[in-house]
Amino acid sequence: MATLELPIQEEAVSPVRKGRRLGRLFWAAVGWMILVFAVAILAPVLPLPSPTDMDMLERRATFSALHWLGTDGLGRDELARLAYGARVSLLVGLCAPIIGVTIGGALGMLAGYFRGRFEALAVGSMDVLLAFPPLIFALAVVAFLGQSILNLTCVLGVLSIPAFMRVARAATLTLARREFVIAAQALGASHARILLRELLPNVALPLLAFFLLGVAVIILVEGALSFLGLGVPPPTSSWGSMIGEGRESLDVAPRLAFIPAIAMFLTVLSFNLIGDTLRAITDPRQGAL
Amino acid sequence: MNASKLLSVEDVAVDLPTARGNLRAVDRVDLALGAGRTLGIVGESGCGKTMLSRAILQLLPKKAKLSGRVMFDGQDLVRCSPESLRKLRARSLAVVFQDPMTSLNPVLTIGTQLIETLQEHLELDGATAGRRAVELLAAVGIPAPEQRLTQYPHQLSGGMRQRVAIAIALSCEPKLLIADEPTTALDVTIQAQILDLLAREQRRRHMAMIIITHDLGVVAGRTDEVAVMYAGRVVERAPTPVLFKNMHMPYTEALLAAIPKLDAAPHTALPAISGRPPDPTRPLKGCSFWPRCRYADGRCESEKPRLEGAETAAHQFACFHPIKLAAGVGV
Repeated sequence: MATLELPIQEEAVSPVRKGRRLGRLFWAAVGWMILVFAVAILAPVLPLPSPTDMDMLERRATFSALHWLGTDGLGRDELARLAYGARVSLLVGLCAPIIGVTIGGALGMLAGYFRGRFEALAVGSMDVLLAFPPLIFALAVVAFLGQSILNLTCVLGVLSIPAFMRVARAATLTLARREFVIAAQALGASHARILLRELLPNVALPLLAFFLLGVAVIILVEGALSFLGLGVPPPTSSWGSMIGEGRESLDVAPRLAFIPAIAMFLTVLSFNLIGDTLRAITDPRQGAL
Repeated sequence: MNASKLLSVEDVAVDLPTARGNLRAVDRVDLALGAGRTLGIVGESGCGKTMLSRAILQLLPKKAKLSGRVMFDGQDLVRCSPESLRKLRARSLAVVFQDPMTSLNPVLTIGTQLIETLQEHLELDGATAGRRAVELLAAVGIPAPEQRLTQYPHQLSGGMRQRVAIAIALSCEPKLLIADEPTTALDVTIQAQILDLLAREQRRRHMAMIIITHDLGVVAGRTDEVAVMYAGRVVERAPTPVLFKNMHMPYTEALLAAIPKLDAAPHTALPAISGRPPDPTRPLKGCSFWPRCRYADGRCESEKPRLEGAETAAHQFACFHPIKLAAGVGV
């Protein structure tokens, strides 16, 4: 998996800017996200041609009133495939980091709070997972369990656990020795209460920022796996598999690879933009320490 | 030890394993505190004050080894089960720390922190807890308490934050409040206000209090009894008026001399205690203070003075060469 850079550094945003001027770029990103999500969710009810119906007489057709974005190498409607592909990309892109943030976040917080043998075990097993070549792991799982969206999501989710665990553990380590935790203990708070009520709200912020980044990365990784034929089984489309199929006709119809690539690029960019902006405006710690 | 005491610390020692060897942070300390009384623990940084308070709360770092007994309300906290310890803390112990920025949760509003603590301890419903929170904030002298409930710690000033921390500590109606350098991070005018607030709430609630500080000026007039700590040991212990009138330990004298005087001429150099406290991983054979003490002789170097009673049993000190002259109250 790609290396994820962790942007926890605090940007100095003056309070005046907070909430008032989010910037045109942010709203453009939000607009694009709404469009993509709406199209993905509403794809079955939109007046789109079927994404799997082949029309051999209209292969690689250019833009027309019938096929707005033309057709692919097998005469399937490109717009419909793009819309249905968004469903897969977003589903995998959201569900896999949810698996990662839930398991990784919980493991990381427990490891950072309780330390000791449990931490050594958790960190050690994550190191093993990180050292395992992710592509081989994905290949092995797909070979054994078969190609499906569920398997793909699980593989990517498991692969994202170590990154989330590290973020959660690092944040918890610094927070657990802070005096408000000791004060809560002195007032008789239980471990569960300290973890959930005192530490979780603090750890949630870097985790959320990292989650949005994770979504962006997973969408790209899913694209890469689908491009390699390890992703969703045909004829289901995903953006990655569309780029892969478009590669065969790059010389005659480069748009077949570029249109899904642009959609993916814009979506990933939007996730990153929104993630950064939300982190900057919701972090109450800024200007405090 | 007297059975009527709320807290009695008996022969408590805390050892911390470090890379440089065993560090004895607290060395066989005996203390006692009655209900509603105030004890000041004074000493310079690294002399074991905070470790002692953590030992009382049973909140030492995991690696630390604790020996001795901490009797609180008839129970030995050292041998309590974790669950009964937790319940005991919830009912009767609270602590206020030095830095109010780190003692409040930065991402929760004042209201959330205060109301949740109230709900947890007093089993109140949301609305009642909200009203109690406003009352508590008003009691600790915070103007416009309703408004403050929705604010985050970083939106308040240092003094306000410390007041909130005190309100949270008071919320569970503790029998014992440990204030660990409660005013060190605050400026001088706020210091007096916070100390007055603590004293007022203490009288009102009849709770016992331990004030930990490096400033003898803070404990003068605000405590019933003072224990002076040096290198993990209590080196002098006396009722506050007795201590200030008639101190015996050269270290106490040196601490008192280090307080800036208002009537001193401008630009007078502050008298500092020369040298540094001994390395706690390399304990000295004799008195821990002898390298810095102007009265020290060969006996101090080779033999450790015991903590013994002076004129009265309440006044104890550990020194072979006690100061005989009345030092006089300089603060």
